[in-house]
Amino acid sequence: MRFAARVEVMPKAGIADPEGQTIERSLPALGYDGVAAVRVGKLITLELEADDADAARARVEDMCRALLANPVIEDYRVSIA
Amino acid sequence: MSVRAAIVSFPGSNCEQDCERVLRGLGAEVVRVWHDATDLGGCDLVVLPGGFAHGDYLRPGAIARFSPVMQAVADHAASGGLVAGICNGFQVLCEAGLLPGALRRNAGLRFICRWVEVRVDNADTALTARAGPGQVLRLPINHFEGNYHVDASTLEAMRRRGRVTLRYVDNPNGSLDAIAGICNDAGNVFGLMPHPERACDPLLGSGDGALLFGSLLDAARGRVAV
Repeated sequence: MRFAARVEVMPKAGIADPEGQTIERSLPALGYDGVAAVRVGKLITLELEADDADAARARVEDMCRALLANPVIEDYRVSIA
Repeated sequence: MSVRAAIVSFPGSNCEQDCERVLRGLGAEVVRVWHDATDLGGCDLVVLPGGFAHGDYLRPGAIARFSPVMQAVADHAASGGLVAGICNGFQVLCEAGLLPGALRRNAGLRFICRWVEVRVDNADTALTARAGPGQVLRLPINHFEGNYHVDASTLEAMRRRGRVTLRYVDNPNGSLDAIAGICNDAGNVFGLMPHPERACDPLLGSGDGALLFGSLLDAARGRVAV
C-alpha cells in the first residue's frame, strides 16, 4: 500500500531558537500581543510503499534517525495517512 | 619523508585549492580525493575543506555524511589517523558522528564573513601544538551555521579532557561556551569553524593559520616516524 507521511522536525525543547525568538519579537509590533513560545521547524512530506500504517511509520522513523533529523538538536514527529 | 595529505572534495566544496596550496607550501604531498572515492590513498592526514557540500540541503553536512568517501574517513579516524574538518568540513564531521555536537544557524541569523580572534584553549593537541597556551590567533570566519551546540554532560566531559581547542574571544555566532574548534576524545579528529587556510600569509592579513596546519603536519610526521 502507498502511504503519505508528514514529518515535523523541530528544535529540541530547551535549545534556543533564534528564528522563533525573532518572529515572537516582531508580532507585537503588528498588534499581535500575548504571543509566546514561537518555534520554527521544518515540514517534510513524502510517500512510501509499506504493508500497513505501522510498517510505514517504522520506516519513516528510521529515516528520521538516519537523515531527516539531527538528534543532537532536533526532535521529530511522524504522521501517516 | 613528507607527509601525505588527502583533501576531500564534495560537490559544493570550495576551499580545497587554498588548503592544497598551504599544505604544499608547508612541505606536504597532497592528493585530492573526490567524494565518491572509497579509499584515501594511504594518507597520513585527511582534510575536509569548507564550502557547501551537496548544497547544504537539509542541514549542512547531512547529505555529505553519506558520501562513499566518509566510510574511508571514518576508518582512517578509527585507526588513529589525523582528520581535520574546516567550516563545512567541521559540520560534516559532526553530522557523521566523528565529532560530538552540532552546528546550528548563527544566533544573529546572519551569514558572517569577517576576521575574528580565537584563543587557543588547549595547546597540547595535534592541531595547536605550535601555538602557545592562550595564544590569540587572527583567522577569518565565513559561515551561516557556526553556532556550536552540544549537550551539557558532553560539554563538561570535553572541557575536563581538554577537547575544546579554540574559543572565540568575542563570540560572533552564539556558540555554546564560545567554542570555535574541538577535537574528539581520542585527540585525532578536529573540527574548527574559522578558515586557517585563508590566513597563512601576512599578505592576506594573518599568518596564524600556518601554526595550525604546521602542527597537524608535525603530528602526522610523528606518526610517520613510528
